[in-house]
Amino acid sequence: MTDKAEGSLLYLDDVSVSFDGFRAINRLSLVLEPGEMRAIIGPNGAGKTTMMDIITGKTRPDTGDVLFDGSVDLTRLDEAAIANLGIGRKFQKPTVFESHSVEDNIALALKGRRGAFATLFHRRSAAEQDRIDALLATIRLSDKRDLLAARLSHGQKQWLEIGMLLAQEPRLLLVDEPAAGMTDAETAETAILLKDIARTQSVVVVEHDMTFVRALDVKVTVLHEGSVLAEGSLDAVSANPKVIEVYLGR
Amino acid sequence: MITSFLIDSLDRRGRIVVGLLVALALLVPAGNLLVPEGSAFHVSTYQLTLFGKYLTYALLALSVDLVWGYCGILSLGHGAFFALGGYAMGMYLMRQIGARGVYADPVLPDFMVFLNWKELPWFWHGFDMAWYALLMVILVPGLLALLFGWLSFRSRVTGVYLSIITQALTYALLLAFFRNDMGFGGNNGLTDFKDIVGFPIQAPGTRAALFAASALMLALGFVVASAVVRSKLGKVLVAIRDAESRTRFIGYRVEHYKLFVWTLSAVMAGVAGALYVPQVGIINPSEFDPAASIEAVIWVAVGGRGTLVGPLIGAVAVNFGKTWFTGALPEVWLYALGALFVVVTLFLPRGIVGLWDRVVSRRTKPAKEMDGSGRRAGEAA
Repeated sequence: MTDKAEGSLLYLDDVSVSFDGFRAINRLSLVLEPGEMRAIIGPNGAGKTTMMDIITGKTRPDTGDVLFDGSVDLTRLDEAAIANLGIGRKFQKPTVFESHSVEDNIALALKGRRGAFATLFHRRSAAEQDRIDALLATIRLSDKRDLLAARLSHGQKQWLEIGMLLAQEPRLLLVDEPAAGMTDAETAETAILLKDIARTQSVVVVEHDMTFVRALDVKVTVLHEGSVLAEGSLDAVSANPKVIEVYLGR
Repeated sequence: MITSFLIDSLDRRGRIVVGLLVALALLVPAGNLLVPEGSAFHVSTYQLTLFGKYLTYALLALSVDLVWGYCGILSLGHGAFFALGGYAMGMYLMRQIGARGVYADPVLPDFMVFLNWKELPWFWHGFDMAWYALLMVILVPGLLALLFGWLSFRSRVTGVYLSIITQALTYALLLAFFRNDMGFGGNNGLTDFKDIVGFPIQAPGTRAALFAASALMLALGFVVASAVVRSKLGKVLVAIRDAESRTRFIGYRVEHYKLFVWTLSAVMAGVAGALYVPQVGIINPSEFDPAASIEAVIWVAVGGRGTLVGPLIGAVAVNFGKTWFTGALPEVWLYALGALFVVVTLFLPRGIVGLWDRVVSRRTKPAKEMDGSGRRAGEAA
């Protein structure tokens, strides 16, 4: 089994998980190449968020293999260990640290030692400050750096969370509905930002918004009832009769 | 490295508090020992001891605020750590009585003679030495907190469930310490102390020294707490308080952070208890009463949760009120305390300090910036 995983960044094979008898994920298999960007779509309850929970260690699968980098078994690790391996996650609802300033939010997410005693005596280095400044510029919040994150607009919080994700310097980013609640202009800008990120890192985007998925212009995986229904370009999957049936109903 | 780390940690308000506490440590004992009676600046021994007790309560409140205000762990059992520190000190003071007890046994405390015990239980050994007792003041609450925290944080027990088991912890200890065969004096506890490190415990000089020690310990506790809170670790704690799972997904091992602050806080509470016992002259199981731990939470809420100055103000103010009320209108006190908690929860979410900040910012920033300046987001509970 590990032979097939070789060379892949993320490898899910025959993964199943049920909650109280309900099969949220049903024999799901998915392979992501290094540097690839993938969009995942599917109706409500298709298992998109549960899949992210499995990859990030929040939920343990009942059966199946989840491998990172071809060999690291993610099912044996907890959230913190998986995050430190280089898998970052952005939630559907923007979750930033509301009573910290924008700058502190980035500083907390910045790649570095995560132990309690290391942070107790931590002093911010000039290199770290430069990195924070650069990230704030990328997410266009430089002028809001001292503001409490709670004061940001919804769209700005989404961007701050993307900034925090970048600060972790992950090798794989899992992004759950980044465009939810954004204006059209913000959505377009977010697509540009994500494509920019995808040049150096692997990205998995879960999204409902079809115009946004079209703007990303990447390979699409359609999930339905916990397994893969179709995979290919957006035009190809849109033309797939099974996908049309799931989305439009019988 | 540690000293610069501690000194840098104080903001302007923190420096004022520490300066004030050091001044108290010098001036109040001077007012008691040097200023003649009848002078307006004379401090009576009664007042000195009473205020010294308040200072130990303030240290307890500070320890509660460290976990509740900054990490969102609402402990309803911090009185347990306070009482354990107190018992460790009480055991030392009992051993100092020696043959001067009622039964004049050179080794066994009176209550053991009364129970017909022939020899000292193993856990009483070593308590005749001050250094050993002081070590136990830190180790016993610290190790209990470490064990309790390790078990509960690892299993991800949070919120109300954690509060309930902290309550159960202190209640279990209350029941255990009530039993005579536990070897801690049963419901009478430990009392009739004679001296502490060779000085008679009732002497004015000793009382003044205990007061000064309480004020200085509180100052030290304040400096340590503010160093922790203002470090990056402190920011991680607040992050855990506001969005625990987010903090995990960034890669912080939340249980380690909780365990660190929880254990530190328990040690502070233990030290507070150890300073409390020689000043009030007794330690008994009632200190484990869940109601006592809840009262400490009220002090923090009244003073201002999530501010370091608040718990100090709250502890002193509420206990001052308690002393006055229980003297003047004893039957009203519990209602007053309950009403105070309701009023603070409803109208002063950030306590006295929050109110003060709001008044100050209204003066300096008269126009619209008002809303939200006294109250920060994400601190509803």
